[in-house]
Amino acid sequence: MCGIAGIVEQAGDLAGREGLLRSMLGMIRHRGPDQFGMFLDDHAALGNARLSIIDLGGGQQPIANEDGSLWVVFNGEIFNYIELRKELEAKGHIFATHSDTEVILHAFEEDGPQCLNRFNGQFAIAIWDVRKKSLFLGRDRLGVRPVFYVQQPGRLLFGSEIKALFADPRVERVIDPVGLEQVFTFWGALAPRTIFRGVQELPPGHYLTLERGQVTVAPYWTIQFSGQAAADTGRGEHDYVEQFRQLLIDATQIRLRADVPVGAYLSGGLDSSTIAAIIKRYTPNKLTTFSIAFNDSNYDESEFQRTMARHLGTDHQVVQATHAEIGRVFPDVIWHTEAPVMRTSPAPMFLLSRLVHQSGYKVVLTGEGADEFFCGYDIFKEAKVRRFWARRPDSVWRPQLIERLYQDIGRLSQSKGAFLTAFFKDRLTDLDCPWYSHLIRWRNNRRACRFFSADAKATMLASADDHLRSIPLPKEFSKWNTLERDQYWEISVFLSQYLLSSQGDRVAMAHSVEGRYPFLDYRVVEFANRLPARMKLRVLRDKHIVREVAKDWLPAEITHRPKRPYRAPIQRSFFGVEGADYVAEVLSERAVREAGLFEPAAVAQFVRRLSDGRPVGETDEMALAGILSTQLLHAQFVKAFSCDRPIDETDDVKVCRG
Amino acid sequence: MSDMRAKVRGYIIENFLFGQGNDLQDNTSFLEQGILDSTGVLELVTFLEETFSVKIEADETLPENLDSIDSICAFLERKRKAAA
Repeated sequence: MCGIAGIVEQAGDLAGREGLLRSMLGMIRHRGPDQFGMFLDDHAALGNARLSIIDLGGGQQPIANEDGSLWVVFNGEIFNYIELRKELEAKGHIFATHSDTEVILHAFEEDGPQCLNRFNGQFAIAIWDVRKKSLFLGRDRLGVRPVFYVQQPGRLLFGSEIKALFADPRVERVIDPVGLEQVFTFWGALAPRTIFRGVQELPPGHYLTLERGQVTVAPYWTIQFSGQAAADTGRGEHDYVEQFRQLLIDATQIRLRADVPVGAYLSGGLDSSTIAAIIKRYTPNKLTTFSIAFNDSNYDESEFQRTMARHLGTDHQVVQATHAEIGRVFPDVIWHTEAPVMRTSPAPMFLLSRLVHQSGYKVVLTGEGADEFFCGYDIFKEAKVRRFWARRPDSVWRPQLIERLYQDIGRLSQSKGAFLTAFFKDRLTDLDCPWYSHLIRWRNNRRACRFFSADAKATMLASADDHLRSIPLPKEFSKWNTLERDQYWEISVFLSQYLLSSQGDRVAMAHSVEGRYPFLDYRVVEFANRLPARMKLRVLRDKHIVREVAKDWLPAEITHRPKRPYRAPIQRSFFGVEGADYVAEVLSERAVREAGLFEPAAVAQFVRRLSDGRPVGETDEMALAGILSTQLLHAQFVKAFSCDRPIDETDDVKVCRG
Repeated sequence: MSDMRAKVRGYIIENFLFGQGNDLQDNTSFLEQGILDSTGVLELVTFLEETFSVKIEADETLPENLDSIDSICAFLERKRKAAA
């Protein structure tokens, strides 16, 4: 696990390039503080900041192939490197180290860009071909590991984080209002767009080549579903469950490959409990588990976490996420997410990775991904109910099924049923809309756009639809069943663009912690996507097959627990607590006017309303998180951007010259 | 009547539009324009009950009665006449 950065230039001097690369690596030191490495020749500079996990002695990067014509830097893991190495050795490749990094090079020699399809892992890879003077960048299928780039005339810069690109003063630092609007609508900008103008993200499942000044970006893997008719082969439930059990055990076991101890997150829910149980049952490892407890009982799940830890007999560590602590660390969290967030939930994850780091761990397994691929989220049920209701739009009782889904609107439904119906009836019969499932959510999210300044509103589009219409749908989309279509948006927009970044990689790597996700093993994903809908969302019972597998391993109270969304308090983390003194300054009329993204008078009035202590509604809480994080982003990245110490002679640096 | 209208309008602008009320017409639909969310409905009902000394029943909490400044004013007028 690590961070990577690099520069490819047609002109420019070598010394200047080396200095810049040292600065870029300094910006991502947190990702890999153990060792550094650089490759430098007349046109390219590639660097790596390493968190040593596999082949602690021999894995320092960069690594070259047998004749020194290819050089690689790499962030992440190739979990099946042992198997791949055997195959490559049989074909005559000679290995100098025991690292997974070297496997990448030889696989690339063998298969070119399509080698990515052979990797079972989570990665961002950069390979420089010395002879062809060409660059290759590759990213894992679902975007677990990030990589960003900037193109300028005659040059291209890339890095695991945007702040590495900003180490170069020639790269502009401007917030893109379209990117901002997308975050406020979808929670993440739509790749390759980011929140910063001119900075692009290599989309998940894609690779980039740069040859003779020409940049090409292409997919090597896309999300596929088999569609209802093809999927429902009538196979017995037992077969599916047993096949899934073996697959998930293997996906977990290969994620324990490391030369350092591996821990696990425990949320108290089904998914992380299942992974922890597999580790405990199928490996000899003594297991340490890590959890977040909230002092705010509306969010706390520690009772279930303790139940699970006792059941498995793990060494259990807990971090307390108080309102004040969430408020206090939020600016640091935004420094790492490099994007606005509409919730505070990344903050407790940031506190959790700090605990993991302090406990001496570098690697944790988690349950991420099960909710997307096995349909744990309420949004899948909401869409199912809405489609059912749409067949009898005037039905009085059909919309009442919605009430069963949402606790927070339960209160509303008792007396205000008509309004509730009206909220969820919007575009009820627009069944041909490809993103039908997400219409209500995205419309609600967009309430926060009311605060945009006149300038930001000038580029604003009328609805979420307008952002998506220009993006081609997957070729097979029309053949997928409705649940699969709904999943597609949750996977491609929410999982990759928010959950795995702002709430995943970025807040874990802030403390040099690598998350590993068995449910996101591509074999598990492809298996899940071939399942008939009834194995995922059965009537309104979510994650059916996961529960079936887990029931042998978990206490019944965990197996049968309804899905509870992971959330953290917002308003109370910033108002009426100590430690969040910066909020008044960041949201002041002067600061808001300076950033130019929001209407200063509206924000001022909103702040007065938030300060009076009365709770605001959910969409206003999202607006608060969104505005505050955007203002922090502006303060830390646009207005004043401070570079960290470049890597120097006090660091362990391997320098290779071509 | 105009006093009532001004109060309702002021409340909507102050609490849900945070002062940005230039585009708000008396017949603008709160639902269609995303002005109210589910919590907002509860707040609005509380405000109307406290400000205009009326009791709003569950079966009156309908979009027909509460979805615009016009519909709120008409609803309050009907309540007053019924009480008189």
